[in-house]
Amino acid sequence: MRKYIAFFRLRFSMGLQYRAAALAGIVTQFVWGAMEILMFRAFYQADASAFPMTFQATCAYVWMQQAFLALFMAWMMENEIFDSIVNGNISYELCRPINVYNMWFSRSLANRLSKAVLRSMPILLAAVFLPAPYGLMPPVSLPAFLLFLITLFLGLGVTVAFCMLVYMVSFFTISSTGVRMVAVSVVEFLSGGVIPLPFFPDPVRQVMELLPFASMQNVPLRIYSGDLSGPPMRHAVFLQIFWLFALIALGRCLDVLAMKKITIQGG
Amino acid sequence: MKLYGKFFMIHLKSIMEYKTSFILSCIGQFLVSFNVFLGMYFMFRRFSNVEGFTYNDVLLCFGITLMEFSLAESFARRFDTFPSVIRNGEFDRIMVRPRNEILQVLGSRVEFSRIGRILQALVMFTYGFAVSGIRWTFGKIVTIIFMLIGGTAVFSGLFLIYAAICFFTLEGLEFMNIFTDGAREYGKYPVSIYGKTVFQLCTFVVPYALIQYYPLLVLLDRGKPYYSLLPLAACLFLIPCLLLWKTGVRHYSSAGS
Repeated sequence: MRKYIAFFRLRFSMGLQYRAAALAGIVTQFVWGAMEILMFRAFYQADASAFPMTFQATCAYVWMQQAFLALFMAWMMENEIFDSIVNGNISYELCRPINVYNMWFSRSLANRLSKAVLRSMPILLAAVFLPAPYGLMPPVSLPAFLLFLITLFLGLGVTVAFCMLVYMVSFFTISSTGVRMVAVSVVEFLSGGVIPLPFFPDPVRQVMELLPFASMQNVPLRIYSGDLSGPPMRHAVFLQIFWLFALIALGRCLDVLAMKKITIQGG
Repeated sequence: MKLYGKFFMIHLKSIMEYKTSFILSCIGQFLVSFNVFLGMYFMFRRFSNVEGFTYNDVLLCFGITLMEFSLAESFARRFDTFPSVIRNGEFDRIMVRPRNEILQVLGSRVEFSRIGRILQALVMFTYGFAVSGIRWTFGKIVTIIFMLIGGTAVFSGLFLIYAAICFFTLEGLEFMNIFTDGAREYGKYPVSIYGKTVFQLCTFVVPYALIQYYPLLVLLDRGKPYYSLLPLAACLFLIPCLLLWKTGVRHYSSAGS
């Protein structure tokens, strides 16, 4: 366990080095979030009664989504890992007395967390000071806020566990472009990245909420704004825990299979 | 132009050596913009209209914007990887050849996986027209052609700015994405829905409204006739872009080896 924590710390402090990139990212995400909110405002003005969440909750959802983008966006996969599979550098990793799955898992966690730490605070701060309906509202209650933090990490775990599946699959397919693109767009849509899940019609939404993708950003963001509470919330948290373990178990199986029949590429 | 055609063929041949990977990435590209469409579809299942635009109007708008963007992207996207061209010194080689620099940069790589996106744009474009119930006149066809020309010009100009900035910073600036990918993303709705400030910015600073909102009104029989000429005015946007590029080239000092 200690060596994986060491990997985590190494990657984490590496990620913190890129401050200029983070600044550019913050500006981009802030504008992006503002545009998103303006779009929702137009729909809200058109027909407020058809709006499934309160407008404030929607704004909070958008700002939180932008602030913690690095935690949940599936397209932020690590090219180094894919490259190492294609060009054979993976063999160095395999020589070490460590488990590839665990190492990559801690590494992805660290990368995402360090990016999020750098980027989230300025965005959240700026969003708090925006005028009332458009800004980020304070959390509905202290328990809700604590639960938000817990589910944030659970969601991060589910996202990383899912990305691990893609890494593992690319052991078998070698060229990962196709699998990756398909996986990324499926996650983006089903996790509520394009529009939040409450905006979908009921039958579709009920199915979507059971899928692992809904356990990513959907749960923490909606708990924060108070959109998700009571029994459905408990249900969602249990599902998150279930999917976290299920995806990790599946990834481990693939890991074992891949290690049995791995071919080193390149020379 | 003949030179560009030649570059184009060379790249087509080389990409065909890796067929499966090529097809898969085309599918991927296709899916990416399909998400946007699905998002719109579900929004309009809930809301009947936005700022007086119905689902069909917005589809038309999305189809045209996507088409404009894809056209520009398929031959000007090379500017996207321009930072690496500068950093590894490839631009030195380009400078010594007796040809136009822009042409050479454009020709040095052609992204065929964008075909997936063009295809998707084409599908959306046709679908948008099919459901729009538009009453065809000669003027409208001309308007659409103007829109495509103007739109391609504006988006190419933005890519050019992105590359020109690299001369000064050596690095791509992430915030330029707001103007290129962001415009595609948010151009799916007519720009007027984003409120007055954004609308004015989109008219006078970066002329999105001229290639999207105003001519769209003509197509929907709501605009004044001269609106259909506005996309051509948007082509003027290329002038400052080219100037910035020229300044950049003059400012260029070699990096890398």
